Amino acid sequence: MFTKQQAKMFFLVGTFVTFAIFIALTIYSLKQVRTDIPQDVASGKHLWEKNNCMGCHTIMGEGAYYAPELTRVIDRRGEPYVKSVLVSPTPWNPKGRKMVAYGFSEEEADDLIAFFKWIGNKDLNGFEKVDRKVSPLSKDLMKSND
Amino acid sequence: MKYKSQKVAYWFWALSMLLLSIQLTYGFIMGFDHLGYDGLHKWIPFNTAHTVHINTLVVWLLAGFMGAAYYIIPEEAETELWKPFLAYIQLITLTVVGVAALAGFHFNWWEGRKFLEIPHELDYLVALNVILFLVILLMTIVKGKKKTTTALVLFGGLVGAALLYLPGMLQFDSQTLDSFFRWWVVHLWVEGVWELIMGGILAFLLIKLTGVDREVIEKWLYVVIGLTFLSGILGTGHHYYYIGVNKIWLIVGGIFSALEPLAFLAMTLWAVNMYRKGQKKHPNKMAIYWTLGAAIVSFLGAGVLGLAHTLPQVNLYTHGTLVTDMHGHLAFWGAYAMIVFAIITYAMPNLTGRKFYDNVRGRLAFWLSNIGIFIMVSAFAAAGVAQVYLERMLGYDFIDVQKKLYPHFWVVIIGATILTTGLILYMINFIKYGLPTDEALEN
Repeated sequence: MFTKQQAKMFFLVGTFVTFAIFIALTIYSLKQVRTDIPQDVASGKHLWEKNNCMGCHTIMGEGAYYAPELTRVIDRRGEPYVKSVLVSPTPWNPKGRKMVAYGFSEEEADDLIAFFKWIGNKDLNGFEKVDRKVSPLSKDLMKSND
Repeated sequence: MKYKSQKVAYWFWALSMLLLSIQLTYGFIMGFDHLGYDGLHKWIPFNTAHTVHINTLVVWLLAGFMGAAYYIIPEEAETELWKPFLAYIQLITLTVVGVAALAGFHFNWWEGRKFLEIPHELDYLVALNVILFLVILLMTIVKGKKKTTTALVLFGGLVGAALLYLPGMLQFDSQTLDSFFRWWVVHLWVEGVWELIMGGILAFLLIKLTGVDREVIEKWLYVVIGLTFLSGILGTGHHYYYIGVNKIWLIVGGIFSALEPLAFLAMTLWAVNMYRKGQKKHPNKMAIYWTLGAAIVSFLGAGVLGLAHTLPQVNLYTHGTLVTDMHGHLAFWGAYAMIVFAIITYAMPNLTGRKFYDNVRGRLAFWLSNIGIFIMVSAFAAAGVAQVYLERMLGYDFIDVQKKLYPHFWVVIIGATILTTGLILYMINFIKYGLPTDEALEN
């Protein structure tokens, strides 16, 4: 069939070639990624990480699947709703699922909203359309639950 | 055992078992949170429970790999470990860093990046710890009589894991760049260098358990890890579909992700064929169960269930839902948890010299834990598909959908209870029969 030496060459050459392609694609991709991030967006991201929001929510589909996807949260819920959640001094408790009361300041809430808007405006190859607005059917259901 | 210094492996595995217990406990907290029973929310909110759950997973598996390396490398190199007291120092420092991180998670001291939540300040201590670990192994290999393929692949996997930790320490203002390099760590660990570690441990176990010629086993080891990197490196692209980078990753990620199951299929066929060919049937039947189990379940969990949602057309809807939990649980269990249990089960009788290979508790541990995880994964699958349909297709509100999934989460809890029962039985055997002794040294 084939020898151990040939199998070793298959491993070494295959790894080298695919890794080289991976690095080339990485450079090509990252050249197109904007790095001039506005200060409020960067501060919002810092708050997002500092409070481990990803430990419950998802953003761009990445997170813990316990709380809603936030990629298009500003479109879906509107800025005033999101801000009231962020500054709330008591635990937010939508339909029984609790959120930690972070009690963000106005400025911190604005930074987080800037971060959400920045994400929400990104071209995510179609995923941004999946995190759509709540359907009319669901809105009816929500009213009946209230 | 052949070398006295191999004993240190037991204490790394003891740390693994301790961390696994914590992981299971916090898993239950999360399961009940999903069902609305969140009485611990004030002290352990979901993000704390989740962070503890996934980080204890990573560290108990790494401690398991380290124990495996300390057991395997001396035997392969035919020499005692280089300065074994340093291995104990490494164990103690690893434990201290681990405890500090776990405590910190309860006081909002974390990075808030999935799987890489260990606080940035502790990253440097982790790096130092791993450097010490690698130096001990390297010096052992250098001073050893033999440099086998199995030992070199295992060592190469561990070096790769250490190097790939570094991109995770980079910090970016852009969420896109952050996510891009976070996957260099997470994906290239679990679908890259960790498979080298798994392959190295599996090769060692197959050599010992089947009696098939080392050259044949190691030849196929190269094929398996070759397929792993051939598919896995560019397969990283499936994490780049929807993070704000260009569309080329939809094509590259889609094609190479579809090839990823081949590496796991090759691993399954390799292990099963070596077992069939083997003339020597080792008396340690439970080690054979766990070894073949790891090879087969890793194909199902990492290979088949990964393929189920990795194509971009499917992943567009399943991304960020409980479908990922379905894949993640069985993949980590089959590929990495089971291989750690396999090496522990093989090594324990050698470390104690008791030649205690099989008991009812050990068999129950194997079957209950596997039945439990399959029940859990089936429930996650049902919940995930329902979530995708209701939330992503019909557009229902997230929380309304979550409430519809309660029955599935009760099944998750039932599966987790069976899994935990099996693992408790495993730990009883580990504590009762595993403690190493110098009398076990082979002449």
